[in-house]
Amino acid sequence: MLRLLSLLLLLALPAQAEEEIILGLSQNEIDITATFVGSEILLFGAIRRDAPVPEGNLGIIVTVAGPEIPVTVRRKERRFGIWVNVDDVEIAAAPSFYAVASSADLSKVLRPSEDLINRITIPQVVRHVGTNVLDSQSFARALMRIRAENDQYQLLEGAVAISRDTLFQTRIQMPANLTEGFYVAKIFLTRDGNVVDEYETSIPVKKVGMERWLYNLAHENAFLYGLMSLAIAIAAGWSASAVFGLFRR
Amino acid sequence: MQIYLPIAEVSVNAFLLLGLGGIVGVLSGMFGVGGGFLMTPLLFFIGIPPAVAVATEANQIVASSFSGVLAHLKRKTVDLRMGTVLLIGGLVGAALGVIVFNYLRSLGQVDLLVKLCYVVFLGIIGGLMFIESWNAIRKSKTSGGRPTRRKHTWLHNLPFKMKFRVSGLYISVIPPLIVGVLVGILAAIMGVGGGFIMVPAMIYLLGMPTKVVVGTSLFQIIFVTAFTTMLHATTNFTVDIVLAVLLLVGGVIGAQIGTRIGVKMKAEQLRIWLAVMVLVVCFKLGLDLLIEPIELYSLGEGGH
Repeated sequence: MLRLLSLLLLLALPAQAEEEIILGLSQNEIDITATFVGSEILLFGAIRRDAPVPEGNLGIIVTVAGPEIPVTVRRKERRFGIWVNVDDVEIAAAPSFYAVASSADLSKVLRPSEDLINRITIPQVVRHVGTNVLDSQSFARALMRIRAENDQYQLLEGAVAISRDTLFQTRIQMPANLTEGFYVAKIFLTRDGNVVDEYETSIPVKKVGMERWLYNLAHENAFLYGLMSLAIAIAAGWSASAVFGLFRR
Repeated sequence: MQIYLPIAEVSVNAFLLLGLGGIVGVLSGMFGVGGGFLMTPLLFFIGIPPAVAVATEANQIVASSFSGVLAHLKRKTVDLRMGTVLLIGGLVGAALGVIVFNYLRSLGQVDLLVKLCYVVFLGIIGGLMFIESWNAIRKSKTSGGRPTRRKHTWLHNLPFKMKFRVSGLYISVIPPLIVGVLVGILAAIMGVGGGFIMVPAMIYLLGMPTKVVVGTSLFQIIFVTAFTTMLHATTNFTVDIVLAVLLLVGGVIGAQIGTRIGVKMKAEQLRIWLAVMVLVVCFKLGLDLLIEPIELYSLGEGGH
C-alpha cells in the first residue's frame, strides 16, 4: 500500500530537478575533545533553478540524525507496595540524536503522506516493534518524551530562515552527550507540502586527542588500562598522605 | 569547567566532581567506609551511566582508602594481622558473590534485588548501631564513661586461636574469616567495598576497639576494590579514568581531613554519626521504592 502510494506520488510529481538544493556546512566534522560542551552547526544553502520559480508554497525542512541504536524502554509498576520494572519494549532502531528544523509549521510545509514516505518527523524515525505489551505505542512516546527533555530530540519549527525564495540557513545545537558516529543531515525542499528535492550529507562525530587515546586503550589494552587506573589511584592516595604529613610537622 | 568523559561519554562539571569526591572522602576517612554506597547513587543522579559509575567508583575507593590507611598506619591504628585474615575471607566471599550476582542477573530484576539489599542491610545495621551508640553515650554521661567488660561467649571457645595484639584480642580465626566471607558476598552483590557492613561487624561481632576498626577496614577495602576495578576494566570496559581522577583528587584530600576529624572524636560519637548517615541513605532508597516515580519509564541499552 505504502509503495503504491509513493509510486503514485512520484508519477504525480512534475518533472524532477526543476529545483535543486545546494548545501554548505559550517564544519565538516565534529571533534569531541576533553573540554567538549556541545557544538552548533550552521547549515546554509541555496535553491538552484533552471526554470522560472514554480507555483506553490515553498518550504525547507532540515533534519540531523545521529547513529541508530536499539533501546530498551522499561515501565515501572507497583508490585507488593514497591515500584519495580515490569514491562519492557525493545525499540529496534532509534537515532541517538534527532533534530527537525523547518521554515514554517510542519503542518504547513509537509503533508502527512510525504512524512510517511520520507520519514521526517520524530515519530516516523522511532521504529518500534510490537512485543508482549499491548500498548507499545506509549513506550515509543515515552522514549521520545525522555529524549526531548534531554535536548536529544529537537523540534524546531520556523527555525529555517529563507530569504528571497532562494537562500536558506539554520543553526542546530548539538548537546554535549553525543554518541560517536556518522550524523546524517538531510534537507527537503517542498512545494505545497510535497517533497520536490532532497539533499543528504553526513557529518562524522568522533573523539580526538586524549579522549580517543584513552578510549582505545580501555578497549584494546584493558588489562594495562586497569593497572594504570590502579597505579594512579595508589599514587594519588600516597601523595595526599605525604603532603598532609608535611603539613603536620 | 566542563569536562567530557571519554568512557562515560557525557560532559560534566569538573568542580562538582571534585567537591563530591571531597565530601565522600571526608566521610570515608572518618568512618572507615569506602563511601561507595554514597557516591554511586550520587553519580547516577548527575547522569553518569550506572555501569560506569559502579566500576569507576571502585577505582576511586582504592585511592581514598589507600590515603586513609597511610594516615592510620602512622597512628598505629591498623591491625594488619586481623586485616589479612578478613581479606582472605573477603576475596573468597567476593568470588562467591560474583557467582550469586550472575545467577540473579540470569533471573532478571537484579537492580531491584540490589536496592532491596541496600535498604534491608542499611536499615538493620544503621538502626542497631544507632540504638547501641545512643545507649553508650547516655551511659557514659551518667556513670563516668567506664566501658562494660566484654562477656565470655562460645565464640571464645573455638579452635585456631590467634593473637591480634593491635586489637588486644586473643580469638579464633574462624569468626573473622566468616565475617570476611559474608561481607565479601554482600559487597560483590551490592557493588561496594563493604566498609559500612565490615565496620559494625568488627565492632559488634568481633569486639574490636573502634579506633582500630576504621584503619583495618580501610586496609582490606583497598584490596577488594582493586580486585573489582580490574574485573570491571577487563570485562566491561567501564572504568572511566578521567572521572576517577576527578573524584579521587577530591577524595584523597577529603580522606586525610576525615581521618584527622575521626581521631579527635569520641568512639560513641563516631558510631552514632555513621549510624545516622547509614539510616539517611536507607530512608532515601526506601522512599524511591515506595513513592510513585514521576517518570514511570526508563531507557536502557538495547539487546537483552
